[in-house]
Amino acid sequence: MELPLLHLALVGTPNSGKTSLFNALTGSRQKVANYPGVTVERKEGFFVTPLGRQVSVVDLPGTYSLRGRSPDEEITRDFVLGKATGETVPDLVLCVADSTNLRLTIRLLLELKRTGRPMILVLNMFDIASRRGITVDVERLAKELGVPVVTSIAVRRGGTADLLALTDEISAKLAAEPQENSWRALSVSELRATQREADRIIADCVSLPASPDTWTARIDAVVLHPVAGLIVLALILFVMFQAVFAWAKPLMELLQSGFDVLGEFVHATLPDGLLQSFLQNGVIAGVGSVIVFLPQIIIIFLFILLLEDFGYMARAAFLMDRIMGGAGLHGRAFIPLLSSFACAIPGIMATRVIDNKRDRLTTILIAPLMTCSARIPVYTLIISAFIPARDVWGFINLQGLVMFGLYAAGITSALVVSFLIKFFMLRDFAPAPFMLELPDYKMPRLKSIAIGIYTRAKMFLVRAGTTIFSMMVLIWFLASFPQPPAGSTEPAIDFSLAAMIGMALAPLLAPVGFNWQIAVALIPGMAAREVAVAALGTVYAIEGGKEAAEQIGQVLATKWSLATALSMLAWYIFAPQCASTLAVIRRETGSWGWMGVTFTYMLVLAYAASLVTYNVAVALAAG
Amino acid sequence: MTDTTDTRSHMPLGLAQRGYTGVIQHLAAKQAGSALSDVELESRLIELGFVEGARVEILHEGLVGGDPIAVRVDSITIAVRRREAMAIIVA
Repeated sequence: MELPLLHLALVGTPNSGKTSLFNALTGSRQKVANYPGVTVERKEGFFVTPLGRQVSVVDLPGTYSLRGRSPDEEITRDFVLGKATGETVPDLVLCVADSTNLRLTIRLLLELKRTGRPMILVLNMFDIASRRGITVDVERLAKELGVPVVTSIAVRRGGTADLLALTDEISAKLAAEPQENSWRALSVSELRATQREADRIIADCVSLPASPDTWTARIDAVVLHPVAGLIVLALILFVMFQAVFAWAKPLMELLQSGFDVLGEFVHATLPDGLLQSFLQNGVIAGVGSVIVFLPQIIIIFLFILLLEDFGYMARAAFLMDRIMGGAGLHGRAFIPLLSSFACAIPGIMATRVIDNKRDRLTTILIAPLMTCSARIPVYTLIISAFIPARDVWGFINLQGLVMFGLYAAGITSALVVSFLIKFFMLRDFAPAPFMLELPDYKMPRLKSIAIGIYTRAKMFLVRAGTTIFSMMVLIWFLASFPQPPAGSTEPAIDFSLAAMIGMALAPLLAPVGFNWQIAVALIPGMAAREVAVAALGTVYAIEGGKEAAEQIGQVLATKWSLATALSMLAWYIFAPQCASTLAVIRRETGSWGWMGVTFTYMLVLAYAASLVTYNVAVALAAG
Repeated sequence: MTDTTDTRSHMPLGLAQRGYTGVIQHLAAKQAGSALSDVELESRLIELGFVEGARVEILHEGLVGGDPIAVRVDSITIAVRRREAMAIIVA
């Protein structure tokens, strides 16, 4: 007879090696989603025990207690207590401990015991503990705690054999009737008493060597040095950005040309008409414009996961905390914001490392202000067409200076917005004090990294892809319908809904110096910023589209005033011109509201910046 | 937890310099001026292992104002801002 699915839950403190144990147990049989209504990642995996029992295991967010002081920790508490909506009460809780550091986990376990759930204490990373001379009297520990204890080495093949055997043994005799739950939130004195009890048990069962991990101390002497540490951080970031721009570029170009070839093939194979246009411009170009970001996303996550597994991320947060704190940002916001220079999408996805809701939201809201790589084609086009390539003060290239100014404007405005959010919008959220464990350094494991990248890439393609794809189809529809009358010589887009919207918007955009052609180009530009370049080519009826960027520049230089060009640059610093980013914000915040807030505030900023730029430029006779 | 009878120089960990070693005497969340409530701050400190009798050592300091600090608490290292460390009374 087939036994029902056995439900396991992994509970442990942050840095307990919970996730590597989860990966060791389930391999790539994982499902990553969000818990309903919150932005907490829900990771479930599946495996089969040696005796053939089908098991589902959920990797719960790391926590130091069941108090539930953040949405993540509330999930862990409710899940264990069987109160989480739509979740099965776990049949067995695996409390995962870092064997080199038992204090905090033993206290958590004593608290967990009160929930009455059947439980196993898993002493993970037991090999590292043994190597450091830490010895644990496992039998005595189990007796003192009243809970079965098993050792494991998640990162080694067969390192979870004992755990699997014990799971089989326990699941065979799990009591049918539920046990009494006597858990309630601990008072400060109970908490203290529990920690004392934990310390007593550890003193009885564990012998610690005199000296701590010398490698961690040696590395930290450099990495956490106030000056040397910041230099190391800057070097790591430099390599990371080189990688994101340089390594990803050939792959992105390959993907892009692949989609171009595919589009051409469809164009050549199918007869002219709606189906051809839909497949080539809607489906292939739309999906392609998303998938070309995949190499950048994989490289950024490769670095983030490597640094996280190594134990460096907490150090980077330590180094940057005070420096970013002035703008109301948490130290952990640093990496996501830097990633946003490549593309806001992986940047926003990377905000998952920030555990406080308020800090995470602030970071998500300002990430799109970082100048992403998709703005570069637009900036380059306008700068090369309007800004003379001469030197100022003898050695600075004026075009380069303008480019730098655009980046600086993005960063400055992000810091100002963060500061304003802190003071006006998110006051009700409890600010997160910076209290963070700096774990011992560990060698990152290839398997864990590979699984991490795989699940994130899959999530990006499937979840964001569906939303982005539907927006692309919508934009294609707007730009293609209604069809031009037979025999017309004007560009087809002039007859479309996009043109009608563009013309309708033109009076609104006139004060910032935009003509109706720009207004029309801004609509397909919603798909991805750089698409606006091709769209401008289309509305000005230039043959050749993207390849003719230089030609577009020449045409623009004759059709636009300098004031309009500058206004367009100012617009692009702020404008929420990216459907994909908005879709990711919607998904990561779990709310249309925050997506709306982002869209609105960026649009207002863009309009204001363009208005000021245009009028100042006109006043200075650049009109 | 107020054992003011001890005559050795008690001080908040938040005022200690890099290299300081000592033992936690008691927690005084009220003195910290943290944005957290007293109960919340005390709970979190205990959860990170800051309990009476624990040995502490300041291993590292940040660049700006020596803040935050990296504190060795028995067998683990915790990063904490000096403001919150004011609640940890050591000697």
